[in-house]
Amino acid sequence: MTKGQKKGTLSILVIGMILGVVLWGGFNWTLELTNTEEFCISCHEMRDTPYEELQDTIHFTNRTGVRATCPDCHVPKEWVYKVIRKIKASNELYHHFVVKDVDTPEKFEAKRLELAQHVWKAMKDTDSRECRNCHDFDSMDFDRQEARAAERHQEAIDNNYTCIDCHKGIAHHLPEGYEPETPGGEGDGEED
Amino acid sequence: MFHSQLHELMEMKMKKRLAIAIAASGLILAMGTPAIAGEKVASLRGAHDLVATSLKPIKAKVISREGGFERSYKQQPPMIPHKIDKYRITIKNNGCMKCHDEKHYKKERAPLVSESHFIARDGTKLDHISSRRYFCTQCHAPQKNAQPLVKNEFEGLK
Ligand code: HEC
Ligand code: HEC
Ligand code: HEC
Ligand code: HEC
Ligand code: HEC
Ligand code: HEC
Repeated sequence: MTKGQKKGTLSILVIGMILGVVLWGGFNWTLELTNTEEFCISCHEMRDTPYEELQDTIHFTNRTGVRATCPDCHVPKEWVYKVIRKIKASNELYHHFVVKDVDTPEKFEAKRLELAQHVWKAMKDTDSRECRNCHDFDSMDFDRQEARAAERHQEAIDNNYTCIDCHKGIAHHLPEGYEPETPGGEGDGEED
Repeated sequence: MFHSQLHELMEMKMKKRLAIAIAASGLILAMGTPAIAGEKVASLRGAHDLVATSLKPIKAKVISREGGFERSYKQQPPMIPHKIDKYRITIKNNGCMKCHDEKHYKKERAPLVSESHFIARDGTKLDHISSRRYFCTQCHAPQKNAQPLVKNEFEGLK
């Protein structure tokens, strides 16, 4: 290798590194920028229905003043899962700009059961990971919960049920046609 | 001569105007402050002070009671022994039936709505909640630990 060649490889390496840092930083920066509630509700589909309804719930205002925003429940915290979710989100762009199949509240209602089912499935698959970023059975003081909550939570721990099994519709209204389910099989309605 | 007469006339006119202006403003003042007249009339409110009745409201929380509240009489819609702010009753869904319907009540350890809730107006038994019983909170209410304003010695059905 001549001196000039050496210099060349070195500079390519340096430029590559700088470029990498910039791109990487920019990538993470956009990742952060698109991970805010403001970004989510910049689309009217997200603002008109999900955001409107969220404001009536305990995750918006409560006695402790801790608020859960859209990404808290819908976007994973871990980097790998976050990137995967972001790639999936390009589908939302497609539906927003091209398909426009939920661009009015009426159309949103019509497709809502399907969308909700996607979310339920995603949460079931991850064992309600996003809920568990804030909530944890280990940190719950069952003595301070309502009896019916404490009893069911003990049952959930014993049988490995996950939050979304029992807590559907905590952040938005439930879709029309939703049939409640109870984890661990349903009672047959007959007396024991 | 003519000049001084005119001057006098003008002075008189001005004094008159001033008097009218004072009288008018006195009248306006009197009308604007009816309290002066009110002093002699007793208020319907009596000795009760307006400020005294606007004390800070006592904050009472919804009570959760295991086993429920006792009923005061037969056929009383039982009181709700838990919080209900999470559950919505809309045209699409009835949040109460997530626990109180036939399919789920056992798992949820909740009492099943009674049979009367499935009877339609014409007396037929339905397999879903009757529209006459759809709006649960029309008859059932959660309870707060509010002290009765008037002493009451009524004893409920035991
Ligand atoms: C470009 C506009 C736009 C933005 C920005 C946007 N959304 Fe959406 N979102 C949509 C549309 C349109 C749909 C419906 C997609 C469909 O019909 O399949 C949707 C669907 C969803 C769904 C249902 C997903 C599913 O699997 O069916 C969730 C959850 C969601 N959005 C959450 C979010 C969150 C959280 C953010 C912010 C990080 C966000 N959205 C930002 C337009 C947007
Ligand atoms: C950003 C943190 C955060 C996330 C994420 C989160 N929660 Fe919460 N959750 C809270 C806070 C804060 C409260 C209110 C605590 C209080 O003041 O009582 C709450 C309250 C609740 C309640 C009690 C409701 C009531 O009326 O008493 C339930 C049930 C609940 N969350 C379930 C969930 C589920 C299920 C998920 C996942 C889909 C989830 N939460 C995600 C922070 C969060
Ligand atoms: C087997 C069903 C079941 C599962 C699984 C379950 N819960 Fe619950 N939870 C309940 C019931 C029932 C209540 C009380 C009634 C209600 O909130 O509608 C409750 C109440 C709560 C409350 C409010 C407690 C209180 O007394 O104020 C929180 C917070 C909560 N759940 C969080 C969670 C989280 C987080 C998970 C997952 C880690 C979870 N729950 C899993 C059934 C369940
Ligand atoms: C406390 C957690 C939580 C927060 C905060 C939250 N969601 Fe959801 N979201 C859910 C759950 C759980 C579902 C699944 C449907 C259900 O149970 O209601 C859902 C469903 C959805 C759906 C599918 C359609 C539907 O109505 O079911 C969309 C779209 C959506 N969320 C968007 C948003 C947006 C936008 C925000 C912020 C304004 C947001 N969510 C905030 C938990 C949350
Ligand atoms: C998460 C499950 C759940 C939901 C949802 C629910 N309840 Fe209950 N409810 C219970 C349980 C469990 C009890 C029994 C509590 C006890 O006795 O300790 C109960 C008790 C009651 C009782 C008392 C019955 C009696 O004989 O004393 C009434 C009335 C009632 N609920 C009405 C309602 C109404 C109205 C709603 C909707 C606004 C509702 N419930 C939603 C679980 C639920
Ligand atoms: C028009 C008034 C009315 C409405 C509306 C109504 N109820 Fe009742 N409910 C009653 C009365 C009265 C009783 C007690 C007498 C009886 O059992 O019929 C009762 C009893 C109950 C009981 C106790 C059953 C038992 O065996 O102890 C529950 C639980 C209950 N109702 C839940 C509900 C729920 C959930 C809804 C909404 C879907 C509802 N009720 C709507 C009047 C009403």
